[in-house]
Amino acid sequence: MDTFDIVFYAFAAITVLSAFVVVFSRNLMYAACSLLFTFFGVAGLYVLLHADFLAVTQILIYVGGILVLLLFGVMLTSKVISVDIKTGTIHTVPAMILAAIVFGSLAAVFYATWSQVPEPVTTATATTRTLGELLMTRFVLPFEVASVILLAALIGAAFLARRIRKP
Amino acid sequence: MSSETLIHLSLAVLLLPLAGFVLMMFFGRKLPRQGDWLATGISTVALLISLVVLYQKLTVMPGQEAVLNFPWINMHNLPGIGPITIVLGVGLDNLAAIMMVVVMIISALVHWFSIGYMEGDVRYSRYFGYLGLFTFSMLTIVLSNNLFLLYAGWELVGICSYLLIGHWYEKKSASNAGIKAFITNRIGDFGFLLGMLIFFTTFHTFGLKEIFAGLQSGTLPYGSEGWMTAAGVLIFCGAVGKSAQFPLHVWLPDAMEGPTPVSALIHAATMVAAGVYLIARTFPLMTAEALLVIAYIGVITAFISATIAIAQNDIKKVLAYSTISQLGYMVMGLGVGAYTAGFFHLVTHAMFKAGLFLGSGSVIHAMHHALHEQHDHHTDAQDIRNMGGLRERMPVTFWTFLMFTLAISGVPLTSGFLSKDEILAGTLAFGGMTGHVVVPIVAFLVAGLTAFYMFRLVILTFLGKHQDAARFPMVHETRWVMTVPLIILAVLSFFAFYSVNPFNASSGWIAHAVQRPESVVPASLAAADRETFGEALHHEHGLAMVLSLLVAGIGILVAFATYYWKRISAEDIAHRFAPVHRLLLNKWGFDDLYNAAVIGGTIAFSRMLRWFDNMIIDGAVNGTGWLTRGTSFVSGKFDTIVVDGLVNLIAYLSGFAGLVFRKFQTGKVQTYIFFAVGSMLVLYFVFRMV
Amino acid sequence: MDASPISEVLAWLPNVQLAHFLAISAILFALGIFAIITRRNAILVLMGIELILNAANLNFIAFSHYGGLNLDGQVAAVFVIVLAAGEAAIALAIVLNIYHRFQTVNVDEVSSLKE
Repeated sequence: MDTFDIVFYAFAAITVLSAFVVVFSRNLMYAACSLLFTFFGVAGLYVLLHADFLAVTQILIYVGGILVLLLFGVMLTSKVISVDIKTGTIHTVPAMILAAIVFGSLAAVFYATWSQVPEPVTTATATTRTLGELLMTRFVLPFEVASVILLAALIGAAFLARRIRKP
Repeated sequence: MSSETLIHLSLAVLLLPLAGFVLMMFFGRKLPRQGDWLATGISTVALLISLVVLYQKLTVMPGQEAVLNFPWINMHNLPGIGPITIVLGVGLDNLAAIMMVVVMIISALVHWFSIGYMEGDVRYSRYFGYLGLFTFSMLTIVLSNNLFLLYAGWELVGICSYLLIGHWYEKKSASNAGIKAFITNRIGDFGFLLGMLIFFTTFHTFGLKEIFAGLQSGTLPYGSEGWMTAAGVLIFCGAVGKSAQFPLHVWLPDAMEGPTPVSALIHAATMVAAGVYLIARTFPLMTAEALLVIAYIGVITAFISATIAIAQNDIKKVLAYSTISQLGYMVMGLGVGAYTAGFFHLVTHAMFKAGLFLGSGSVIHAMHHALHEQHDHHTDAQDIRNMGGLRERMPVTFWTFLMFTLAISGVPLTSGFLSKDEILAGTLAFGGMTGHVVVPIVAFLVAGLTAFYMFRLVILTFLGKHQDAARFPMVHETRWVMTVPLIILAVLSFFAFYSVNPFNASSGWIAHAVQRPESVVPASLAAADRETFGEALHHEHGLAMVLSLLVAGIGILVAFATYYWKRISAEDIAHRFAPVHRLLLNKWGFDDLYNAAVIGGTIAFSRMLRWFDNMIIDGAVNGTGWLTRGTSFVSGKFDTIVVDGLVNLIAYLSGFAGLVFRKFQTGKVQTYIFFAVGSMLVLYFVFRMV
Repeated sequence: MDASPISEVLAWLPNVQLAHFLAISAILFALGIFAIITRRNAILVLMGIELILNAANLNFIAFSHYGGLNLDGQVAAVFVIVLAAGEAAIALAIVLNIYHRFQTVNVDEVSSLKE
């Protein structure tokens, strides 16, 4: 057990535990807050995988953008006066079984192949520049498509969320 | 001042109007007075800079050309062709410097004039913006040292012309005129493009200097003399369109639908002169045969339009045909080899023709206001038959207009006398050297006609008695913003600005600054060289002067006899030569001819296609239809019995299955997801086993 | 088979490598699926989707580091993040619309897809 392993387990614990809270908490606000920790944990795992740029992006976009959006959703759609932000679950048992099967089969695949995994690429350089160059050269078409999708999403969201007169 | 400073200053002159255009388009309407002061100020500043540039160019470095190049497209090594680099650039030689000043003088004065003329117009600021864009485009043509940039400017002035002719696009005739001008120009421009591409495919460059150098080293396009002449004539096609030469001259008279200052700027002084400028630029690569074509086109144009101008009654139409005629003169001058004279006439003509148009604008403006006061909306404010006697009411306009008229008629002491005289001497020399005597004969005839119809215009407009005594006191002289440009242009129509000697321009500064360039085509193809021609021209000068004075005098006398002293009855002559009169009134029937040939031809062709459609294609289609109906009947039976039975069976089965599977359709998203994930897992396991 | 699976796993635990990250990702994925199916509140369903996307991203980056994918995996992750942002915005707009129309965000009460 060296430092790498310890750090890994720390982040893995944060991620998994907070994810459990997200899924099982009955309180919406608790779920949203622990989702924050999940994202942080995953960002930490990215750092361990030498993906510095993505870690920062993860924090910026997920924590700064998506989570805030979700919180807005929570606040805009819950009846704050009646403090009804607790929410129930449905068909828990079949879902539990299904999730277990999913996890089981995934784990089985990993277990079957873990010994054949190659050694990690040991280039501990900053990836931002290389990523930027890749985006501008080899992946320039997907990059442009993504920008178009973002634009479409922007317009679509604005269109959908605008105030509509009740029919 | 170094050549670098000069070229940077010319770039400033070039880009200032563009900046003005952008500012006017975005902020024009929000500025006080809709920003007319901004556009006018910019053009005036640009004029001052261009004057400085011209002075420095002529005094400091008259012999060399200031150039600024930058590579635009670099295609490196193309397989099988070699490296191709398209270099764009601006160059300032004497020709360009003089032309730049001419453009800027007219542009600035037209800006000033428009402040008065366009007052209260609906699209006031947009109008000034377009003026700026036009000035920029025109300067692009003037300053570019390569065909590519020149072509870009060429198209830009075309679009500006289109926009400004159609400025009052609510009027159907105005928008039609814009379209007509654009399409007619398109035909000529296509020829220009082809000519350009012939040179590009041969020399892999658009730079004029490089093309000249390539030709001088003995390379001909596709190694053939015919191609060489063809390329020259094709480039001339562009000039035919833009300078309204026969047979593409029909758009210019219609272009008079635009505001009158625009006619002065674009359709009299600068844009239409761009064709002449193009010929002057590409002069070295014209073969003798190409020059002959150019000369004859010029002669035909000058003659036809001068005759038409006699019979027109619209003040602007007369001026329009006069412009075409004078452009024909310039083209003819260049064609016969009188390079300096042709370009000199361009400069002087720009001044007095712009003045004539602005003067007519002043008259129209005054007439319009008078008619407006009278609440008369039927009388045409542009028809000279409704005018007369305006001299007393509009003295400034009259005296300046008279000065311009004297200049265009070629009366001594005016600028027009100097330049026209040179061209006429050139045609005489040309006729003597090559035996094409019809050229000088028609040239002198047109000189007389010009004097005649211009004085007819002056007499009918300004002299005699006004046609409507009640309206007469309501006609007022226009404001100072409109009269001052007229006075400036009238002063510039005086000989002293171009030559100290009032009878011979060959000692003037333009003749020194603009010398005919040496031809670069092989000697066997070239026209008479500069020295030989110059000698002959010099020789003919005295004769040309006497003859031109004679014909101008006759023209003026006849005009006075007919319209002022009424010794000759115009109606009588019109009656006696009714067919000729009708031909002239109908502008030699070119519009009708083009209508019949182009539009009628298109319709006839469409008719033929329709007949083909109806008879052959429809027949074939109908035949196939019959056949299909037969087969359909057979297959229909098969369908109803065999296929339908099968389909019904399947439908029944599907309905049964649907009844079963309907249970899964709960309408709840989460159930769907559950089944989706479940099915995915099932698939995964199934494929794992396989 | 020399050692039992349990002891094999115990020996495997301290030596962190690719499979560990994949395991975390698998856990996140399963939890995401679970959240999507069970939670009634639409916002929580969205959170589940974010978990799944994160799991996928973790996979991409892990393979990019270990599997010789080089930076291509990271580029894919960038696109996933971009799409996630767009998806969140659109989905929230939809949720708000649902709320306006049905006065609830509980997905099981919204069943107009039926029939």
